[in-house]
Amino acid sequence: MDSTGDREAILKQVTDWTGAGKRVALATVVTTWGSSPRPVGSKLAVDADGNFVGSVSGGCIEGAVVLQALEAIEDGKPRLLDFGVTNEQAWEVGLACGGKVQVFVERVET
Amino acid sequence: MKLPLLQEAIATADAGRPAALATNLGSGLQILIEGSEKKGTLALDDAALAAVAAAVRDDRSTTIDTAEGKVFVEVFNPPLRCMIVGAVHIAQPLAQMAALGGYAVTIIDPRQAFASEARFPGVTLSTEWPDEALEALRPDRRTAIVTLTHDPKIDDPALSAALESDAFYIGALGSRKTHAARCGRLSEAGFAQNALARIHGPVGLNIGALSPAEIAVSILAQITATLHADRLKEREPG
Repeated sequence: MDSTGDREAILKQVTDWTGAGKRVALATVVTTWGSSPRPVGSKLAVDADGNFVGSVSGGCIEGAVVLQALEAIEDGKPRLLDFGVTNEQAWEVGLACGGKVQVFVERVET
Repeated sequence: MKLPLLQEAIATADAGRPAALATNLGSGLQILIEGSEKKGTLALDDAALAAVAAAVRDDRSTTIDTAEGKVFVEVFNPPLRCMIVGAVHIAQPLAQMAALGGYAVTIIDPRQAFASEARFPGVTLSTEWPDEALEALRPDRRTAIVTLTHDPKIDDPALSAALESDAFYIGALGSRKTHAARCGRLSEAGFAQNALARIHGPVGLNIGALSPAEIAVSILAQITATLHADRLKEREPG
């Protein structure tokens, strides 16, 4: 489904991070409605220092997802996040394209 | 999530077998399903397992409702493959672009001066005749085949083998005139018109491409459009 090259690159980064003793969380797009920029299965991996690889949108929601990933790394609880359309409130996190996505965030256990 | 389950799902797909990783979106419990084998802590009933099998068949990751809540089913299918016949100039950018697009690339050319490691560093090369090479590689419905030599001695056996496979995309470089002559030869060899219609020739989308890199863009764009034909249809305005 998603590009094989992407999935391999992200898995390699996760494996490298955990191999180096870093704590990691993985975010995955699990549902999309309308014109979402990244398909179901797209992934973003985040380490405990806030470094990230991959994507779950065109850059619109990555910041919010990274913050949730850092919390998941701390408390170990999975999270299901909903992102909808942004309106004029420019500070709100959302998708300018008018789509909606659901992103699952989980801590990686080795 | 358990990293070993994700690693195994990807390794299984890379080895040519489909796998699915199901994750309960409430608890985070997971199960890896590979054919009839299961590994993990998430329990799924028969209805949910049937939905997983359908997702694998359709190559479409999806979220399903189960008695235990929502479950995300992620499908891991074997990599797409691109088999390029003719280790010519256009094959150099096309091999790189197809690899970036997620395809496992093989270049086939019996002319060893063309199919050399120096010209294609790091690319899988075969110097067998294309009919023999394709028989060994077994193109399937996740395979694209492109012929680039416009030498009938090399392209024709490749196209015959391609037409006998389930390849989702077959493209052949050459002008309209060259393509008409080629279809004439393949028709004499016994291929019906509807079989010949599977060949995209002249190859590539018409974007006015001139340079080898531009022609590679037009070919990869056409391969992509063919791969996602269902999605394109869904998006056509009313």
